[in-house]
Amino acid sequence: MAIEARSPPPQFVAKLRRLLGGRAGWGGLLLQVLFVAALIWVAYEIVDNARGNLANQRIASGFGFMSQTAGFGVSQALIPYSEADSYTRVFLVGLVNTLVVSFIGIIFATIIGFMVALGRLSPNWLLSKISGGYVELIRNLPLLFQILFWYLAVLGTLPNPRQSVSVFDAFFLSNRGIVVPRPVGEAGLDAFLIAFVVAVAIALALPAYARRRLFQTGKPMTVWPFALSLLIGLPLIATLIFGQPFSFEIPALKGFNFAGGARVAPEFVALTLALATYTAAFIAEIVRAGIQSVHKGQMEAGASLGLSRGSTLRLVVVPQALRVILPPLTNQYLNLTKNSSLAVAIGYPDLFSVFAGTTLSQTGQAIEIIAITMSVYLLISIVTSALMSFYGWRLGRSLGS
Amino acid sequence: MTGLPASFVRQDLVDSRPAPVKTTGFTGFVRTRLFNTPTNAILTIVGALLLWLTVVPTVKFLLIDAVWQGTSRTDCLAAAAGHEVGACWPFVQAKFAQFVYGFYPEDERWRVNLTFALAALLLLPLLIPRVPAKSLNAGLFFVAFPVVAFFLLHGGGLHGFALSWTADLLSGFSASISEAGSKLAAGGGVFSLLGSLIYGFGSAVWVLIWPLSWLRDAIQNASRPLWIDFAITAVVVSGLLFLLNGGFRNGWRALVRSLAIFAGIAVVIFVMRLDRGGLPIVDSRMWGGLLVTLVVSVTGIVTSMPVGIALALGRRSTIPLIRIFSVLFIEFWRGVPLITVLFFATYMLPLFLPGNFTVDGLVRVLIGIALFAGAYNAEVIRGGLQAIPRGQAEAASALGLSYWKITGLVVMPQALRHVIPGLVNSFIALFKDTSLVSIVALFDLLGSLRASFADPTWSTPTTLFTGFAFTGIVYFVFCFGMSRYSLFVEHRLNAHRRT
Repeated sequence: MAIEARSPPPQFVAKLRRLLGGRAGWGGLLLQVLFVAALIWVAYEIVDNARGNLANQRIASGFGFMSQTAGFGVSQALIPYSEADSYTRVFLVGLVNTLVVSFIGIIFATIIGFMVALGRLSPNWLLSKISGGYVELIRNLPLLFQILFWYLAVLGTLPNPRQSVSVFDAFFLSNRGIVVPRPVGEAGLDAFLIAFVVAVAIALALPAYARRRLFQTGKPMTVWPFALSLLIGLPLIATLIFGQPFSFEIPALKGFNFAGGARVAPEFVALTLALATYTAAFIAEIVRAGIQSVHKGQMEAGASLGLSRGSTLRLVVVPQALRVILPPLTNQYLNLTKNSSLAVAIGYPDLFSVFAGTTLSQTGQAIEIIAITMSVYLLISIVTSALMSFYGWRLGRSLGS
Repeated sequence: MTGLPASFVRQDLVDSRPAPVKTTGFTGFVRTRLFNTPTNAILTIVGALLLWLTVVPTVKFLLIDAVWQGTSRTDCLAAAAGHEVGACWPFVQAKFAQFVYGFYPEDERWRVNLTFALAALLLLPLLIPRVPAKSLNAGLFFVAFPVVAFFLLHGGGLHGFALSWTADLLSGFSASISEAGSKLAAGGGVFSLLGSLIYGFGSAVWVLIWPLSWLRDAIQNASRPLWIDFAITAVVVSGLLFLLNGGFRNGWRALVRSLAIFAGIAVVIFVMRLDRGGLPIVDSRMWGGLLVTLVVSVTGIVTSMPVGIALALGRRSTIPLIRIFSVLFIEFWRGVPLITVLFFATYMLPLFLPGNFTVDGLVRVLIGIALFAGAYNAEVIRGGLQAIPRGQAEAASALGLSYWKITGLVVMPQALRHVIPGLVNSFIALFKDTSLVSIVALFDLLGSLRASFADPTWSTPTTLFTGFAFTGIVYFVFCFGMSRYSLFVEHRLNAHRRT
């Protein structure tokens, strides 16, 4: 006759205690209660004082100001904006500018960062020393210093438009920024764009096709000549059939400034340059650490298979290093986005500059405006970290299986 | 076996083989590390060109073409110098005081110099691992020095001591609670009962601390309030420590230590004449230059440590609400840019404080920076805490130590030692980030530099580059020094892993 094992006693109280107070038990619960009471008291004090202070300064709290007319101009607006628009529009203009400068900065920072990292790991002594010197120099100077340096010392001392430095009489470099020819759409534009998109799509699909063919038939296929001829050929054919897609409006010096062409503001150039070079130094260190974390034997194995150094890096080392690199790399991208708020120092109209700067000084709604600004940056951070942890979770699952 | 010679003896010497390609020495180095493949040769040439185009003009600008002596902008113009002009060092000489002290009154600058000297004197032995008495040194630098530096730089004296402060704090607390309670009670319904309860609690606190407030008023009306207050505090604190540490059996050590600390405080009060008004007050609006940069960064470093430790412990705690609060707090400060934090501190914080209570602009910024840096430090320290094996805490727990003793005596010292390099890195970031205070109208080193560009007496084509070169060198020396120190510590910590 088998004796059934008795189930353990339910221990409801112990479980409840654990749930409410953690390992510290009832003491932990008491601590929490006191802590919450203190928080409530602090919150009460803050709200009470803020209400009193706002009443004294005759500031009406609330988000009603967002629909008022802004009445100030913004030097770079990528979405339609005029002085008669509301503060909400100003907010959107600033947000778009922040995203644009971050996006361009991230692209350049990644390219420079990878190049510097590969330079630091290069067997070439001079190249590795130069890359190391770049990283040390850039990392040990404040970002604001570098932004001001580029803006005031480098771009600010360029000649005025009349004596501007010109490249092929089409690009002009002066203290008003860079003036470039502006493309103007013509009859063949639609066909050209469609042809280009199709070419890009096929070029992106080609490697997958080549891979499948390699696995099925064992015949390797060199992709890039096909891709290149597609990318050049298709738009070219479209141009030949439907006519010129666009012409360039060449800027010309008229009086004291340029007429025609598109102008890239010096603030934008300085900010992007400083952000990209600064973040690139950090990215270079991350990439270097990632590549060095891959075992030396991988590199040697690649070399013994007859792969060149470049191919070994591209096909063997970097894919493995990417697992180590990606989380801190995302962190750097976030840092770059947050650092773009330093635009306020040189007057580039990013989110912080037009919203927490100009709008705040015009309306005096400190609490609402700073709360909105902080939550925008916070939202960007949280979304990115959520994506990253999802990626890490997937990576961990695929490694585990 | 016929046809083969019985033996073969070579009659002449074999020609010596050519020497292997030299791989050592300078030529070998050039051959193996610079020109071993065509690609590398091209890269070397490009690199050399790059160096030629950057380093040579820089050296030429900073040293060879530079103007070293002069009194105004005319000396730094090409016409006066007779050659192409590089850096205009007289500009830096003329503005040096502004770069270091800002607008600090000239007669009082010895106070700044003395503070710098004190900091160096306390910091150097702390950084050299072989020097003994680390905990005393750390205590002096992290606790005593900031207080002394405040009275040196800002000036002013004291009217009361710990007893008066405690009484002020508690009476303010009880007043605030009672006020909140009475407001809530006026709301009616369920709130009136809760409000009355809170009001009753506030009144009870007021009654409980009544002897204390009476004592404070009596002391403040006496002839020498500071010394009486100080003596009472010293006696009460030392007595408590004596009793808590074992009374007549083995409390003597604690008593002696406490009395020694109070004697030290008394000496400081006496030497700095804090009881008689202290040094003349220099408003923090007059501070500037390197002084503000160092004050902000050192205060940030010192105050962010306790904040970081508390948050790291909170995040690892098993108590639900405390952990959630720590996580939210850390992620909030890490998710926003520092400049929004500074704006928060400058524009929002004054609204949150009582109307009659104004906070100095520098202090507001310091609060913001302490919270911001604390959140970053918390993550670094948490990394160190996670690196300590669980067995350490479990062993200490088996010995019967409490949570605080386990943390303070066993886990935290090991964790902090692990993360010194990480902490130094976050201090470097903090030091660089102090330049942002120039955006909220404080004139730190970068702000002073920007202000000095506006001076027409020194406006020459090279003034901008000269100013940036000088400031850049200052920032670089500090940051580079810190990063080298961090590498040194890392090397020392990993000494057992070296092969």
